Amino acid sequence: MIRREAQAEPSYKALSWFQVGGLIVVLGAGALIMVLPFLWMFSSACKPPAEINKLPVTWLPQEVACQTNLDDLYDQSPRFSEYMVNTAIMTVGRLVGQFITCSLAAYGFARFKFPGRNLLFAASLGLLMVPFQAIMIPEYLLMRAISWTNTFFALIVPGSFSAFAMFLLRQSFMQIPREIEEAAEIDGANPLKILWYVVLPLSGPALAAFAVITVQAAWNDFLWPLVTASQNPRVVTIGIALLQGERKTPWNIIMMGSLLATLPMIILFILLQRYFIEGISMSGLKG
Amino acid sequence: MASGGTPVPLLYLTNPYVMSTLLNFFGHTPLSRRKAFWGLALVAPNLLGLFFFFGVPVIIAFATSLNEWNVLAPPVFTGLDNFGRMLGDNLFWRALGNTVKLALGVIPAEVILALGVALILNQQLPARGIFRTAYFLPVVTSSVAASVVWTWIFQPRYGLLGSLLQPFGLRDTAWLTRPELVLIPVGVVTVWQRLGFDMVLFLAGLQAIPRELYEAATIDGAGRWQRLRYVTLPLLSPTTFLVLTLLVISVFQIFDQVYIMTARTVRGGVDGSALTLPVFLYEEAFTRNRFGYASAVALGLFLIILFLTALQLWGQRLWVYYESEAPEVKA
Repeated sequence: MIRREAQAEPSYKALSWFQVGGLIVVLGAGALIMVLPFLWMFSSACKPPAEINKLPVTWLPQEVACQTNLDDLYDQSPRFSEYMVNTAIMTVGRLVGQFITCSLAAYGFARFKFPGRNLLFAASLGLLMVPFQAIMIPEYLLMRAISWTNTFFALIVPGSFSAFAMFLLRQSFMQIPREIEEAAEIDGANPLKILWYVVLPLSGPALAAFAVITVQAAWNDFLWPLVTASQNPRVVTIGIALLQGERKTPWNIIMMGSLLATLPMIILFILLQRYFIEGISMSGLKG
Repeated sequence: MASGGTPVPLLYLTNPYVMSTLLNFFGHTPLSRRKAFWGLALVAPNLLGLFFFFGVPVIIAFATSLNEWNVLAPPVFTGLDNFGRMLGDNLFWRALGNTVKLALGVIPAEVILALGVALILNQQLPARGIFRTAYFLPVVTSSVAASVVWTWIFQPRYGLLGSLLQPFGLRDTAWLTRPELVLIPVGVVTVWQRLGFDMVLFLAGLQAIPRELYEAATIDGAGRWQRLRYVTLPLLSPTTFLVLTLLVISVFQIFDQVYIMTARTVRGGVDGSALTLPVFLYEEAFTRNRFGYASAVALGLFLIILFLTALQLWGQRLWVYYESEAPEVKA
């Protein structure tokens, strides 16, 4: 597991202050382009309608209208907070689901020998190759057949199983010294107890990486809710798409909606940055 | 259970030979058998779920693609007709062509930018953490929100880009409605949102290059460019391969950006100018109710991705350097 902080190239390649300055300027210009859309979103979300369609473009709203825009958003889309709550329920549901199914399976694959183990593991990794778009139609038909369309079941249950998370956790479990588990085994603990009291507490960073990646993917999911639950438990991405599809919705209100939808992930990322980056560099498998 | 003279199958279990063969299948000692049962029990929930929600749909996809089906009336078996129709469908080829155009624009831009940023971030610079955060931030935001913001940026006249490009006379350019331009905004959002992800992969690859190689190269008189050309790039090639493979797959899956950015005009762009295969098959299934045909397109998409991935796997031996197979250096 990658625990070491990113280290720079060694000092014999030390750069002159001139080179450092040049690189910082290049890097800074790029970084500015990367964050510009966020700044533009913040700025637009707090502009009154008159300032949205005004030239030349202003960056700082002359009249700060965050509250008015928020009220207008709720006029336009009265159930917007319900959409946010629905997204949160879907996210937590998938996180808990995957945590249970994938940590169990990861432990099973990491520490137990059983017939067909390698075949089953290879087959589940093979599923990672199947793009979601290729199976979304039959998946939808399946939901229809069991009457799950427009329910939380459709939003949560299929997302509660994951080959990727299982793979990620298995990698981490395999690095725990066996002796620790054997000690617990001799004390008479069954595998579930060992997993809960020994293996999981020793896998903190991997679990954190798993959690942030799962939460991020679920919070931002659009295509599956669009296909399977576009009516009832509407999630926030659908809510934004509806605002956007309505030709007359003013941009400041759409930006306020996007701001509300992205803010939780931005905060989560800034707090838990390390785990996001670790999770990706650990496997690079996230398709 | 048993009728007539047929033997009761379960009775076979009382035969010690049958019983022991069965048990030996799981393990040769009671302990290993117990372990095997635990292992199966632990993996069962996830594997059954994966099978039911991902494996079964693959099978349904094949079955559906052989039928004409609007969900309301019972399906009509039409054999391979859907696939024939796909090959004769202009919109299918347009969607495929758009995807190829996007791939040709997005992939080189993405690889060069992500690699460039990673190479700079790998130097000893102040405030590297802040820069890394800035580049990675778009990765964690939803592609829907990102596409919405970029749609506003690309709006003619009052959009941000129009104002910035005003000196070039591009203030009123209708980026999202002109068929020859619409793929540019879609590509820009895609690159912008994925840059941080590939940058992190490249950074991890760069960190894994042993420092001694740089030291050795420096002692041999290699300059900065030579070290990049003869040490960094060859040793980074497995990462580059991974980045490329994932990138090709993701370009063929572009959906949210097109769906959102063309929502105010014609979904998929005027005359299908922004159609990608996922948008095309979504429209076929959920607005035109042609589930059989859409399933055929979905399988087509899958086969294309599979083929391109296989092609890259095959092609990697031509350019990807794996340290374990390095030739012995003769003194």
